[in-house]
This record gives sequence, structure tokens and C-alpha cells, in this order.
Amino acid sequence: MISPADLLHPTPAGLYCPPGDFYIDPVRAVDRAVITHGHADHARAGHGSVLATPETIAIMASRYGEDFTGTRQPLKYNDDVSHRGVQISFAPAGHVLGSAQVVVQHQGLTIVCTGDYKRREDPTCPPFEIVPCHIFISEATFGLPVFQHPHTRDEIAKLLVSVERNPDRAHLVGAYSLGKAQRIIALLRLMGYDAPIYIHGAMQKLCDLYKEFGVELGELKPATIREKGRAGGDKQDFAGKIIVCPPSAMNDKWSQRFPSPVSCFASGWMRVRQRAKQRGVELPLIISDHADWEELTTTIREVNPEELWVTHGREEALVRWAELEGLRAKPLSLVGYEDENE
Amino acid sequence: MNRFAALLDQLVLTPSRNGKLRLLTDYFAEVPDPERGWAVAAITRDLEIKSFKPAMLREMIYERMDAQLFDLSYDYVGDLAETVSLVWPGQHGANYQPGLSEVVDTLATAKRAEAPKLVEGWLNALDPSGRWALIKLITGGLRIGVASRLVKQALAAFGDKPIQEIEELWHGLEPPYTELFAWLEGTTDKPVNAMKAPFRPVMLAHPVEEKDKERIDLAEHIAEWKWDGIRVQAVSDSGIKRLYSRTGDDISGAFPDILAAMTFDAAIDGELLVFDPETDGFQVRPFNDLQQRLNRKTVTKKLLASHPAFIRAYDLLWVEGKDLRALTYVERRQRLERLFADTQPERLDLSEQVSVSDWAHLTKLRAEPPLAAIEGLMLKKRVAPYVPGRPKGEWWKWKREPFLVDVVLMYAQRGHGKRSSFYSDYTFGVWRSGEDGDELVPVGKAYSGFTDEELKRIDKFVRDNTVDRFGPVRAVTMGPDDGLVLEVAFEGLNRSTRHKSGVAMRFPRISRLRWDKPAKEADRIEMLEGMLA
Repeated sequence: MISPADLLHPTPAGLYCPPGDFYIDPVRAVDRAVITHGHADHARAGHGSVLATPETIAIMASRYGEDFTGTRQPLKYNDDVSHRGVQISFAPAGHVLGSAQVVVQHQGLTIVCTGDYKRREDPTCPPFEIVPCHIFISEATFGLPVFQHPHTRDEIAKLLVSVERNPDRAHLVGAYSLGKAQRIIALLRLMGYDAPIYIHGAMQKLCDLYKEFGVELGELKPATIREKGRAGGDKQDFAGKIIVCPPSAMNDKWSQRFPSPVSCFASGWMRVRQRAKQRGVELPLIISDHADWEELTTTIREVNPEELWVTHGREEALVRWAELEGLRAKPLSLVGYEDENE
Repeated sequence: MNRFAALLDQLVLTPSRNGKLRLLTDYFAEVPDPERGWAVAAITRDLEIKSFKPAMLREMIYERMDAQLFDLSYDYVGDLAETVSLVWPGQHGANYQPGLSEVVDTLATAKRAEAPKLVEGWLNALDPSGRWALIKLITGGLRIGVASRLVKQALAAFGDKPIQEIEELWHGLEPPYTELFAWLEGTTDKPVNAMKAPFRPVMLAHPVEEKDKERIDLAEHIAEWKWDGIRVQAVSDSGIKRLYSRTGDDISGAFPDILAAMTFDAAIDGELLVFDPETDGFQVRPFNDLQQRLNRKTVTKKLLASHPAFIRAYDLLWVEGKDLRALTYVERRQRLERLFADTQPERLDLSEQVSVSDWAHLTKLRAEPPLAAIEGLMLKKRVAPYVPGRPKGEWWKWKREPFLVDVVLMYAQRGHGKRSSFYSDYTFGVWRSGEDGDELVPVGKAYSGFTDEELKRIDKFVRDNTVDRFGPVRAVTMGPDDGLVLEVAFEGLNRSTRHKSGVAMRFPRISRLRWDKPAKEADRIEMLEGMLA
């Protein structure tokens, strides 16, 4: 059997597979890239060819333009392709629309690279699937025991209660434009909120794309205030309404146009009070698209690999945990993936 | 515990003062005695739980999880109570959640050996927020950005009473303050302050503005120097001695030298100052020296010798059982002088009364005070009673003109609260000679002094001229020919070893935006150094 490090190993450009001559989520432009999902730190423009799920390819085209890569190779979940004797397939990762774990098989060795993943409810994408493997490469964004995300629906309920109690204020929900925003909207719908939801201009394209892929988002309206020569609502029309915007817009002047906005930030980082305070968040919503400590450790136990490799995030603690479990583990120390706004 | 935890959570995350006040008054209205009183004591830090110590918490958590995993977590979160609250393994089936009062009562009677078991049981049943609140409560480290004055303000608002009345009562009350709440809710009379040596809320002055001058008849007023120390109240009552700050905080612990000198039975209003131990009489040292003695619980012998404190007495509020506050200023002053003649207290002297003939004379005195530690003049109406708060037309303060310096904006940071989307915190510098010619050296920070309109213009300047970012801080263009010049007003200058420039300003604020002035014409460090005595 081929040794694991010969099948996949870290390089400055990203995780590289020598026999297949491809990179997974490379951080620089390469000839052949396999992309786990559409977030900017994983999916970059300018590769010679991109192998990804059809959804991820559509997301990349929408964000970077149609010429984001030389050749597109869409591959559906659970289909597979062979390249130079290396078999590649995708399994759902439950992270965002189109997100996939990459399953690499060669000479009897199976390595699963999760990309980013979670195990919680998400109406916008199929749930994470367990794929048995020899080597399991797990992300570790929230790889510390302090990160125990509460029930997602309880957090959405917190938002709904606050909206009801503050009919004179606009609720500004900061959420990643890809994935988190649509997930929040879809969950609000599932929990019976049927008023129009207002979205920041930067989210329009991706929300449209989600709808094309059949994700139910209900009535969305642009969060625009009527100004000279521009259509939109009056400032007071936004009182008691939910507005979804990118996290960066929350502390921007943009937010000042709404009536005494309640700043809400939907993120796993909100678990830590001081993080919320530092960002000036009034209503933290602990909703994450990454696995928390419990999900990480449960998943690793369920997959039950021979060896665990840990990448981007707090690798040290997860490696320590594996050691206590009697599981061989090492950090991969890949650079270039960050998720401050998760 | 959950209601208390929710209150703390919201207080931490609510930036505005009014928002915090509303949270507190809502809480007082919803939560019954004695629970709400314990909550008040926890926030004002008047609650002490002796049977539990923070070290016990660490032991308890190390028994439950891998030490390395805990340390990594603590490292990341940076707050012991929060880390423990998040990693504590909740126990299924443990669902008995204690109330706040139950926790306080139980721990008050528990022995040290029993406390950890009790706390464990509660931690098992509570959720992370509840655990955090519990740990903060019992370890006494409740840093949630709520000053005790704000709580008193909330109590005043809740009962629709003047805050002075609450402050006056405060030191005689004990948690959980049931008699206070009964009075605030109108079910009983005001509690009688049985405490010896209570704090009496202070009387404050209005600043003199140009338009006031014709209304103020100098013949009806007495002038005194306004000293650059801190306003205090020294109260000695049948052997009980206390020194209070002007907000009623008891600062006795840090000033045994003053306490020892309180050989009278009276309540004296005055200025706390530090004098030079090398000279005769009370040669007042700069505010910086006084600062060494503030904000500490105790004081070393060395500091007592090098930075001795004294009180310059302004007024007498109470003497040997008699409340003098209804008397006139002149009458109180006579009683004060008599008290000094009778008791001759060390470490206290009388504030000098300055005779002034007219406004021209006063203007001259204000511009050229005899000592640097004088920050202006006070005008007190001869017939004024001592009224807590800031009554109109009784006392006036006329501070000397601030110092002005032209500086260059160097860094800007986003503000808080309603300013959170604006760059409103500014670091500024002046020129000095460096190895490669002139360079800017930071000399201070300012957060105020500008109008909303000016704020918008500076904010735009920052956004348009950012050259670098360090976390939340932006560096702006700052060369001899392009850079924003600000006129900064400040009250005084001290030597500082903590600042690169070697100087530290007192109360700097933006007084004007000098869009017209080229950056190279801003002031130089030598100009500030020349101001240091």
C-alpha cells in the first residue's frame, strides 16, 4: 500500500497529491485544483482546471466571473472520477451549498479531506456523510472544548424574540454572504417567520443562486433607503424588520441608516462573551457553519480512522484529544485559511 | 440564577448608559426581594463570599478534564470564569437550578470544606451563562462595565428619588437592601441611616461663562483657589473615621496618614493633595504625584514617606452631632475656622480666601496663579447653604484657560456605542528631530471636543487617507505636507516614563480642526518639554 504522505502532503500552495498531480483547495493558482467549497479562502480564481460539485462551480462563477478557471469539471456527490489512477469522489460536508469532503483513493488507501464541515441542521445543503477511511483530515476552526454551540433553533428563537420585543428597532444580522446568510434566512422561514427579509446588496447574487438550486428563502427585498433618485423604503419602514448583511457592514456607516439598529452577529465566535463585546455586538447569535468541539470529536469517533490529520484552526487541542483517545494524530499546519467572520 | 445571568449578559453587551439603566430598573421591577438586593450587592461589589476561593475552581476543573486541554482553552478565552463555564461538563439529570438568594445564603453558612461540593452541584445543573454568573458572583470578580454609581442611579430612577438621597444612605445599608427597596416602592418610610460617619453628597459648582459675569455680584461672593487634586470628604464620628471620594467611595484604606490626623468629630469637605516632604508647610506637588496614591487598597510605608497627603479644607458639613448644611457659607466657614483653632489637626489646612476687587483683577489672578497646582478660582455666594448636586447660582468655578497645542493626527480607532461606526478615538503627535530628519512622536489621545459634523469630516479623512491597519487601528497619511492638523486643548502636562515622548497630557480634547494648517507647521516636542516644570 502507498504511504499516506506519498498520496497527500502539505505544500506551500496547499495539500498536494503527487500521483494524481492535483491540489486540494490550493491557496495559489495551480494547474489542477479540487475545491471543497466556495468560500474565498478555499476557492480562488485562476486555476488551470477546477474539479468541484456543480453548486460550487456555479458559486465560483458567480463570485469571480465566468472565466474563473480554464476548465470546469463538475462532479456530483457520490459520483467518481479517476485521474492518473487516483480515484476522486465527493461526499456532502454539510457546510454550505455544494460543500464536499474529498475522498481520495489509490492503491487501497483512502484519505478523506473534509474541507469545512458541520453536523447541525442546515436546510440549504445535504447533511454530512460518514465515509470510512484510513486517514481522516479534519478542519479545527472551533477545535477547543470551550466551543459548544447551542441548539441552532434556540438561537434563531432568540432573534425572533428580540424582534418582537423591539418593534421600533431594526435588527441587523451580520452573516457570511455565502452560506450563513441563506441558512439563517431558510431557518427563519422554517420557524414560521414569513415577513419580507431585507438583504444587503452584496448578498443579492448569491441568494438568487441559492434559489436557482431550489433553496426556499421566501420574499427577499433589498435593504435600500429611498434617496434622491433611488428607489427604496423610508428609514422608519425598517423598524421591527430583519436585515441580513455581511459582518463588515455592521460597524460601517451603512448601518447608521436604519432606525436604532440592534447589531446581531451570527457566528461560532460569539460563544466567547468578550469577542462579542469587542465587536460591539448587542445580540450574539451562536450559529456556526463549522463543527463545534462535540461535533468534531463525535465525527472523528464515528469515522474511526487509523490516523487523524488536523488542519486550519486550533490543531493543538484536537491532536491532544486524539492522543488521550489513543488515536494517532498530527497537525498539518497548512497556512492561508482563516475564518474570523465565520 | 438564570434571570441574574441574563441581566449580566445584557449589561455586558449593552453599550449605552441609558440601555443599562433600563435593564437595571426592569430587573428591580420584576425580581422580588431578597434576590434583587443580592444582585445589586454583586454588581456594586459589596458582596463578599468567604467560603469559596478562585483556586478551588481550578482544582475542580482539573479533576474533570485534561489539564492541557483546559490550559489551551483558558489561553484562548482569557477569563477563568468564562472558560470554566464553557468547558464544565454538564450533567444529565442534574436539573435543580439554584436561585441567587439560595446561593448567597447557603454559602454564607457553609464551611470552607463544604463549599466546593455545593458549587459543583450548581455548576452541573446550570447552563454556560448561569455558570458564568455563578462563578462571577462567588469569586467577586464581576467586571461588567457597570460602575456602582450607575446602579445607584438606576435605584434612584426606579424609586423616582434624587440620587443624592441614595448616596447618603448607601454606606449605612447592608445587602440585600430590603428596607431600601421598600422605601423606593413607597411601602415604608425612608430608612434611617444608623451608620456612624456617613457620606454626605457633595455640592458642585457651575462653570463661569461670559454671559454669567454680569449676573455674578462679586461683592456677594468669596473667592478661593481651585486646587488640582481630588475632592474628598473626611468624616470622623465618635471614633469612626472615613475618607470618601466625591462619589461616596470609601478610600480610607489608602490614606492612613490622613485618617490619623482626623482628631475632630466632624465632616469636612476639602481637596486631597500631596505635598513635598522636603519642605516646610504644604508645598503642593503636581497631580501626577497624587495619582500614585489613588486607586489602591493599601499603601506602603515608603510611599507614605515620599508622597505624604493632606487635605485643604473648603467647608464644614457636620460637627459634633450638628448638621450645618442649612447654614450660610460664611457661617460654616466660621465654624470651620473655629474647629481648626480648637483641634489644630495635622495634615489639614484651611483653603485660603482670596480677596478680589473686580473682574479685571480676577481675570489676572486666573491667568497668573501663584502656583502650578492651582487650576482656577472658585466663587462661593456668602449666603449659600450647602446643597447636594449642582444648584444654580450658588457656587461658580472659573478654570484657567486650557493649554493649546497644534498636533498631527497619526492613528484613529473606531469608537463605541453610538460612535461605533466612526473613527472617533485619535492618537496624535508632534514633531521632533529623528535620525532621518523630522519625525512625529505620539503625545496623546483624544476622544472628545468635536461636533458631530466635525466627527464626520475627520472620519472621512481617516477612511480616505488610511495607509496601514493594525487590528482595529488605522494609521493615516502623516507627512510634512499632507496630514491633518488638530488643535488640542489640555489641562496640564506631566512627565511620563510610559510614553515614548516622555510627556503625558491631562484631559486632552480636540478644540479645533486646522484644515488650513500644513502639517509641518504643527508644534514640536521642545515646546511641550518647555512646559514641564
